Amino acid sequence: MRYLPHTEVDVQQMLAQIGVSNIDELFSGVPEDCRLKRPLDLPAAKSEAETLGFLRGLSEQNTKTSDWDSFLGGGAYNHFIPSVIDQLVSRSEFYTAYTPYQPEISQGTLQAIFEFQTLICQLTGMDVANASMYDGASACAEAVLLTIRAGKKRNKVLLSQALPPQYRETVATYCRYLQVNLVDVPLQDGVTDQAALKELLDDQVASVVVGYPNYFGQIEDLAAISELTHASGSRLVAAVAEPLALALYKSPGDLGADVVVGEGQSFGVPLSYGGPGIGFFAVRKKDMRVLPGRLVGETIDQDGQRGFVLTLATREQHIRREKATSNICSNQGMCILMVSIYLALHGKQGLRQLAQVNYAKATYAKEKIAQLDGFAVPFSGESFNEFVITCSESVASLKTRLEQQGILAGISLGRDYSGLEDGLLICVTEQNSREQIDRLVVALAGGEA
Amino acid sequence: MISTAGRGLVLDENLLFEKSQPGRVGYSITGLDVPEVFPESRLIREEIESFPELSEVDVVRHYTRLSTWNYGVDSGFYPLGSCTMKYNPKVNEAAARFPGFADIHPQTPELLNQGALELMYNLQRDLEEVSGFPAMTLQPAAGAQGEFAGMLMIRAWHEANGQKRHKVIIPDTAHGTNPASAALCGYEVITVASDGVLSKEAVAAVMDDDVAALMVTNPNTLGLFESDIRAICELVHERGGLVYADGANLNALMGISRPGDIGIDVMHFNLHKTFSTPHGGGGPGSGPVGVVEKLEPFLPVPVVIKDDDVYKLEYNRPKSIGRLKSFYGHFSILVRAYSYILSMGGEGLKRATELAVLNANYIRARLEGEYDLPNKQRSLHEVVFSEDSLQNDCHTLDVAKRLIDYGYHPPTIYFPLVVHGALMIEPTETESKQMIDEFCDALLAIAEEAKTAPELLKQAPVRAKVKRLDEATAARKPILRWSQE
Repeated sequence: MRYLPHTEVDVQQMLAQIGVSNIDELFSGVPEDCRLKRPLDLPAAKSEAETLGFLRGLSEQNTKTSDWDSFLGGGAYNHFIPSVIDQLVSRSEFYTAYTPYQPEISQGTLQAIFEFQTLICQLTGMDVANASMYDGASACAEAVLLTIRAGKKRNKVLLSQALPPQYRETVATYCRYLQVNLVDVPLQDGVTDQAALKELLDDQVASVVVGYPNYFGQIEDLAAISELTHASGSRLVAAVAEPLALALYKSPGDLGADVVVGEGQSFGVPLSYGGPGIGFFAVRKKDMRVLPGRLVGETIDQDGQRGFVLTLATREQHIRREKATSNICSNQGMCILMVSIYLALHGKQGLRQLAQVNYAKATYAKEKIAQLDGFAVPFSGESFNEFVITCSESVASLKTRLEQQGILAGISLGRDYSGLEDGLLICVTEQNSREQIDRLVVALAGGEA
Repeated sequence: MISTAGRGLVLDENLLFEKSQPGRVGYSITGLDVPEVFPESRLIREEIESFPELSEVDVVRHYTRLSTWNYGVDSGFYPLGSCTMKYNPKVNEAAARFPGFADIHPQTPELLNQGALELMYNLQRDLEEVSGFPAMTLQPAAGAQGEFAGMLMIRAWHEANGQKRHKVIIPDTAHGTNPASAALCGYEVITVASDGVLSKEAVAAVMDDDVAALMVTNPNTLGLFESDIRAICELVHERGGLVYADGANLNALMGISRPGDIGIDVMHFNLHKTFSTPHGGGGPGSGPVGVVEKLEPFLPVPVVIKDDDVYKLEYNRPKSIGRLKSFYGHFSILVRAYSYILSMGGEGLKRATELAVLNANYIRARLEGEYDLPNKQRSLHEVVFSEDSLQNDCHTLDVAKRLIDYGYHPPTIYFPLVVHGALMIEPTETESKQMIDEFCDALLAIAEEAKTAPELLKQAPVRAKVKRLDEATAARKPILRWSQE
């Protein structure tokens, strides 16, 4: 086997040095009644060519966003990925390294994380960002736990119903046995109902969690929600599933959010059937010491040179064990690089321009569809690159009809929202040409595109 | 002569923000083919303050330089105990990048992504065979999330049986994630001391009807197989508890022993350890969880099933603990792990385990005379020395830093906590005898230096990009982001 370098001579010499006559003796610490008495029932080893051939065969049974007209979003976004990214993240000094526990030989990873933390702070308008979480949904759950820790015995959390359903489900899983009372905040015209929110807020509420943009692509009035939330002494958590919006709209930090979490996949991370993504997590200075996850800080070495280290580790599980702020023991290192390189390439101008292109294309599609007979755009507010339509035809049959024309029309809303059984969530990015959008509109109307 | 790290041109590199030049760009965006429109101006932000402005060349050079300051498995020997830093095969990387894996959207109808679901289904079956569990979830994002999922299932099972139990027993050798994960499920942690291996008596002394589970790592973090494990599992089961196994060290057991056969009820895998997927400088990991039959209804949703030759994601599972993250797991990591299993085959996996154990025992045999070995039982995939034989006030940290000057990544240090100044060495199977000999020669030379020239250890490293860093100040006055001064 090409990954196993031992020759028979090596093995014999090593056994002799150890003082045993065969490899089996090395397992003498495993009791007989714990042994597997047969070979593993797995296929025989394949050659590299066979492995690639077999896996390519499986991959070809899937539906690539590059071959289809895809209007799917809902927490995973089809954005163009510059060639630079894969070239750089393929440098194996990055991807074959472990967590940077030995800072002297991990400065590459550490500086990259420090830069990532800075980029996230700039984008979200916050003071401190960590070295990432698993994904947006789990970051959102950890944000809820942070507000409970910091909330001085408050144990109620208000979740906007327009928070992405997968985020809501993940929050529920994390809180399952922690005596946290999760309460839904209803919607009004596709955004969080402020009157209802005001009713629900009391001195037991640790936090209010709102999507920005929300699941329907709508831009919530964070400033107003923030004011209501702070008036009851609660924290506002903004969850950002499509962070490209932050290049165009006011930052959650600017609008008063206390915690900003989200999903970074939009920034150069392949869709890969939904994972890995990368969760980001940013707070105000006051909550720095209750943050979950790794943090990188700047320092100097013995010669006074600038360098970076993992820091404030006393929050973490390897030191605090059951009293840690989280059980997390990894960060999405490889994805941090993808996101940072993407943001560095696009920079101040490019990210804004790209966000505007997304907005313009989605607006074009939304207006075209709104004019079709049998279709409506139910929500009146501002939306970014996603929007909801409703249709008189059944959503399931509509989707199947469009699939036959090579179009992935959007995500059905009926499973997660009663009252929106006729709703479809459509996402339009820079990857969708006007031609594709026009084809979608014709196909929706019942024509052959 | 013992080789050391050599010289090379180490290029300095400022932060992205310090290199930025107003007006410089590193992108190209396809021209707008629809009318240009803007959101209401009251919603729009100002430009992102101090966001970088760089050319493509700037960015490429920046990250290329940063990469050279790192040490990866591809750079050299990386014997980080408990982390299983084995070689990350390149074919796995190629497969994960196939457009039919990388460019597929998670909300695509299941019938249109049958290849991806088949891969996940096959991987579940393969992991079940390796571990002996009849059911599996691939969803957990990393080992720690796998622990969390497993402990949630344990609690959900107890509650479904009308039992409210409050405690979890964890040996003192456990990874810190174990108690942290148990706490996240609302459990009180009872720490039990182990003398190398956990004894049935030690567990019996704390086991009662309020204990929901025992969490155990097997082989444990000393590299020792928990030889009483069957009896311990029986004891816990008799009192109505369940046994969770941390599968971090599964690399020592493939084809030798299956946790599901010996009384364990739940176990997480670390695909980035045992199944060769890259550690990525800290992640992403992947932490599938295997369970016994009675816990199957509690698996997180969705579960990949096969129904009449069609692969599906099943959501309708009323007893499920719910969802742990968006979508279905770290799919591209799953592709890599599956590629590894295909390349190794059943025999190859067993051989990997055998050679990993051979390598660790060889290191032990070569160093045992010079470095203090507190636990003398037959160890498996890793070996843990203490700092007690080091002379002239040299400590484990000094040995680790000096190893850097010799061109090696240091072992795990100061863990497990039960060993004084632990030096925890796990070579894995992908290192040759020659590489290990050179490494052992270096460690022996360092022990000698501790006797004759301890300042070499105290000053180390001198050949790395930076010298020892001031971690105390970093924590006391945290600078966690760049800002314009």
